[in-house]
Amino acid sequence: MMGSENDEESHLHASKEDMENLFLRDDGDPLTKTDVNGDKSNSNYRSAMSTLSDSRNPLSPPPIVVTPADSDPLFAPPSYSDFRSPRSTKPKPINGDNSSYIDPPSYADVLFSPFDETSVSEINGSDDGSRHSQSSDSLSRSPSSLSSDYTKITVSSPQKDQDTASSMISGGSTYITYQITTRTNLPEYGGSEFSVRRRFRDVVTLADRLAESYRGFCIPPRPDKSVVESQVMQKQEFVEQRRVALEKYLRRLAAHPVIRNSDELKVFLQVEGKLPLPTSTDVASRMLDGAVKLPKQLFGEGGGASAVEVAQPARGGRDLLRLFKELRQSVSNDWGGSKPAVVEEDKEFLEKKEKMHDLEQQIINASQQAESLVKSQQDMGETMGEMGLAFIKLTKFENEEAVFNSQRARANDMKNLATAAVKASRFYRELNSQTVKHLDTLHDYLGLMMAVQGAFADRSSALLTVQTLLSEISSLEGRAEKLEAASSKIFGGDKSRIKKIEEIKETIKGTEDAKHVAIREYERIKENNWSEVERLDRERSADFLNMMKGFVVNQVGYAEKIANVWTKVAEETSQYARESS
Amino acid sequence: MESTEQPRSVSGSMQSPRSPPSQPYLSVSVTDPVKLGNGVQSYISYRVVTKTNFPEYQGPEKIVIRRYSDFVWLRDRLSEKFKGIFIPPLPEKSAVEKFRFSAEFIEMRRAALDIFVNRIALHPELQQSEDLRTFLQADEETMERFRFQETGIFMKKPADLMQMFRDVQSKVSDAVLGKEKPVEETTPEYEKLKHYIFELENHLAEAQKHAYRLVKRHRELGQSLLDFGKAVKLLGACEGEPTGKAFSDLGTKSELLSIKLQKEAQQVLMNFEEPLKDYVRYVQSIKATIAERGTAFRQHCELAETTKLKEINLDKLMLTRSDKVGEAEIEYRETKAESEEATRRFEMIVRRMNEEIVRFQEEKTEEMGVAFHQFAKGQARLANGIADAWRALLPKLESASSV
Repeated sequence: MMGSENDEESHLHASKEDMENLFLRDDGDPLTKTDVNGDKSNSNYRSAMSTLSDSRNPLSPPPIVVTPADSDPLFAPPSYSDFRSPRSTKPKPINGDNSSYIDPPSYADVLFSPFDETSVSEINGSDDGSRHSQSSDSLSRSPSSLSSDYTKITVSSPQKDQDTASSMISGGSTYITYQITTRTNLPEYGGSEFSVRRRFRDVVTLADRLAESYRGFCIPPRPDKSVVESQVMQKQEFVEQRRVALEKYLRRLAAHPVIRNSDELKVFLQVEGKLPLPTSTDVASRMLDGAVKLPKQLFGEGGGASAVEVAQPARGGRDLLRLFKELRQSVSNDWGGSKPAVVEEDKEFLEKKEKMHDLEQQIINASQQAESLVKSQQDMGETMGEMGLAFIKLTKFENEEAVFNSQRARANDMKNLATAAVKASRFYRELNSQTVKHLDTLHDYLGLMMAVQGAFADRSSALLTVQTLLSEISSLEGRAEKLEAASSKIFGGDKSRIKKIEEIKETIKGTEDAKHVAIREYERIKENNWSEVERLDRERSADFLNMMKGFVVNQVGYAEKIANVWTKVAEETSQYARESS
Repeated sequence: MESTEQPRSVSGSMQSPRSPPSQPYLSVSVTDPVKLGNGVQSYISYRVVTKTNFPEYQGPEKIVIRRYSDFVWLRDRLSEKFKGIFIPPLPEKSAVEKFRFSAEFIEMRRAALDIFVNRIALHPELQQSEDLRTFLQADEETMERFRFQETGIFMKKPADLMQMFRDVQSKVSDAVLGKEKPVEETTPEYEKLKHYIFELENHLAEAQKHAYRLVKRHRELGQSLLDFGKAVKLLGACEGEPTGKAFSDLGTKSELLSIKLQKEAQQVLMNFEEPLKDYVRYVQSIKATIAERGTAFRQHCELAETTKLKEINLDKLMLTRSDKVGEAEIEYRETKAESEEATRRFEMIVRRMNEEIVRFQEEKTEEMGVAFHQFAKGQARLANGIADAWRALLPKLESASSV
C-alpha cells in the first residue's frame, strides 16, 4: 500500500500542470476553450483515468488499461510515456503535496497559481457567489452543451434605489437593484460584454414571460419571492442570498439551448434602463379593456389573432370566463362525466411522469444524505484539528518542563503526531469543500425536477383547453340541433330561431378554428415536452457521471494526501513498532 | 528502543518469556472473560494465568479465576504497603449498566487489567509483594475471604484520598480560615514536580477528550457513508444505463468504506484513546502518591517536633530531678523511635518517587510511542484503503462516460 506513492510521483512532474488544468476544468468553468471533440474536461478525465489505471500499486493485480477505442487525440503523449518508464524505487519524498497522484487542489498549487476564483474563494472562504457559479456551471458541462460558444453571467453590486414614481405619494419605496454583467460570444447578442441594472421584480417578469412563450419546456425555476425570509433575515444576508440565487438562475437560463436564444432573455440582459417586457400587472390591467371583448375572443369573433390567443393558457383577469369553463371541464373529467374526446392515452407519457416523480424522490433523498456526508467529513476534519492542537500544547508543555530525555523524546513524537493531525485536518476540510461542489449537482437537479413538473403541467393545461373547446363545440352543436328541430316544426320557418341557428353555426365555426389551434398547440407542447425530457435525460446522465467522477477523483486525491501524512508519522515512530501491531 | 528490549513494554499480554530459564521471570496474562451470575448480580470473571520461576511461587504455571473487585483489592493492598511507588491504575468501574457487558467494553477492560497486572509483575519492588502472590495463586474461596475482609477498612479510602488532595491544594484557604498552615515540602525540584503533574493531567485530559471524539467522528462518518451509499443506489435504480450502474457501483463502494471506518473507529478506541486514558489514570495515581508523601512529610515533621518537645521536657525534668523522669524518658524514647520511623518512611517515599519518576517517564514515552505508531499506521491504512477503493471505480466511470 505504501508503494503507491512511488508510482504516482514518477509521472507527477510532467503532468502536474495537466492536473491543475484538470482541476480548473473540473469545475466546469465555461471560460475554458473547448475543442471540436467536445468537452475538454472529458478528455482530461480520460487521460487522467488511464494514467491512474497504470499507476496502480505494484502489488495489486495488473491494471486494466482503459483507453477508449477511439483514442483521444488530445491524449498528451508525453505524460503517457512517463508511466511507461520503469518505476524507480527512490525513497518517497516526504512532501505530501508532491506524492499524490491526482492533485486536486493541493494547498501549494492553489496559493501560487494565477487567479483561480474557485480555489481562492475556497481558501478565503469568501465570495460564495463564485462557488455557486461553479456548481451551476456543472449543468453546462455535459457533452451535449456543444462547441465553443459560451455565455457567462455575473450578478453583483446590489444597490439601494428608490422608486421615484411613487416617491411623492408614499415617501418612496426602496428596492435593491443588481448589476447583471454578461460576457458572450453568441452572435445574436450585439456586443461581447454588456451590463444592466435590474431589480427582482424584473426577474419575475422575465420568468412569467418565458413561461408563456415556452410552454412545454423545462424552464429553470426562478428564485422565490420569499417575503417571510426577507423580513426575518438580516438585510445584508438576504440580499447576498438573493444575489447568489439570481446568478444561478440566469446562468441556468443561459445554459438552456432554446431559452438562451429567446428574445425575452436577450432583452433582459442587454437593454439598459426599464425592462421592455410587459409586466404581469400590465396583463392584469388589460383585463379591464379586454373584458368587453371576452366573449368574442373566446368564441372566435373579431380580432385576427384571437384563435391563437385562445390557445394560450387561461390566466386570471382577462380570461375569467374561460377559466370557469376549463375548470368545469376538468371537474367533469375528474368525475368521469362525459368522456373528453381527447384522452391522455399516451401511456409512455404517464410512465415517464411516474418515473420523473420517483427520480425526484430519490434525488431528494440522495441530496439529503450527501449533506449528511459532508457534515461528517467536516466534523472529522475539525476534531482531528482540535486533537492536533491539544497535542501541540502538550508538546510545548513537556519541552518546557522537561527534566529527562525521555520527556524530550516524547515531546518530539507528539509533535510529529500533532503536525500530521493538523495537516490531515486541513486536507479533510479541503476535501469537503470540493465534495460540496460536486454533490451540489444533486441539489441543482432538484430545481430542474421542478422545471420538468412545470413542463408536464403545461401539457396538461393545453390538453384541458382542447377538451374544453371540444365539449363547448359539442354543446353548441346540441343547441343548434334542438333549435333546428324546433324550427322545422313551424311551417315557413321561424325567422328568429333561424337567425339564432345561424349565429350558433358561426360560433361553432370560430370555436372549431380555436380548437384546431389549440390542438396544434397541444401537439407542439407535447413535442417540446418530449425533446426537453430527452435532453434532460441525456444531460442528467452526463452531469451525474461527471459528478461521480469528480467526487471520486477528489476522494482518491485527498485520501492519498492524508495517507502520506500518516505514513510519515508511522515511519518517524517506527522504532516503536511491535510484532503484534 | 528495540523491540526485544524487555521489561518496560507492556503492550497487550505477555508472550511466553523468551529469556533463558535461568533468569527469573514472572509473566501473567488475563484472558477469557466470562459472564457469571444472574441479573443485577452478574459480573465478569477472568482467567489469570501465571508463568514463573520465582521460588516463592508454587510451580511454573498457575491458573486462577478472578473478578474486577479482586483487582481492586490488590491495588488497594499495594497502595497501603508500597507508599511512594506509583501503583499502576485500574480501568474505571463502569457505571452504565447496559454498557457494562458490551463485547468491546469487556475486551477493553480485559486488556487494561492485563496491562495492570503485568506492570506490577515487572516492577522490581512490587513483584515481591505477598499480596501479589495471593492474588495470583490463592484459590477462589480464599480470595473471596480476603476480599471481604479488606473492603471494610478500605471503604474509607476514597474519602481519605479526597482529604489528602484537599490538603495538598488548599494551603491558601487554610491560611484564610486561620488554621495553622499545614507543613509542606518546599524544595524547588519537588515544587516543580508537583506543578508538572497537576498541569500534565489537564493537558492529557484534553487530548484524551479529543481522541475520544475522534473515535465518534469515525463512527459518524461510517454511518454517513452507509446512508449515502444506500441513497445513491436507490437513485441509480431510477436511472437508465450507464448512469444507473455507475450509481450502483458508487453506492456499493460507499457501503464498503463504511465498514472500514467502523473498524478503524474501534482500533482508534483501543490503541490510541485507551492508552491516553490510561496515561491520565497513571497521573492521577501519581497525585495520590504525592498526597501520601505530603502526609508522610507532615507526620515526620510533627513527630520531629514532638520528639524535640519531649526532649526539652525530659531535660527540664532531669534538671529538677523529678520522679517523672523515668516515665518521660520512656515516652521520649518511644516518640523518638516513632519519629525516626516516620522519617524513614518519608525518606523511603522520596527515594522511591525519585526512581519512579524516571521509570514513569521512560515507560510513558515508550507506551505513547507505540500508541502513536499504531494510530498513524491505522490512519494510513484507512486512507490508503479509501483511496484504493475509490480509485478502482475510476475506470468504470470513465468507460461509462465515453459511452
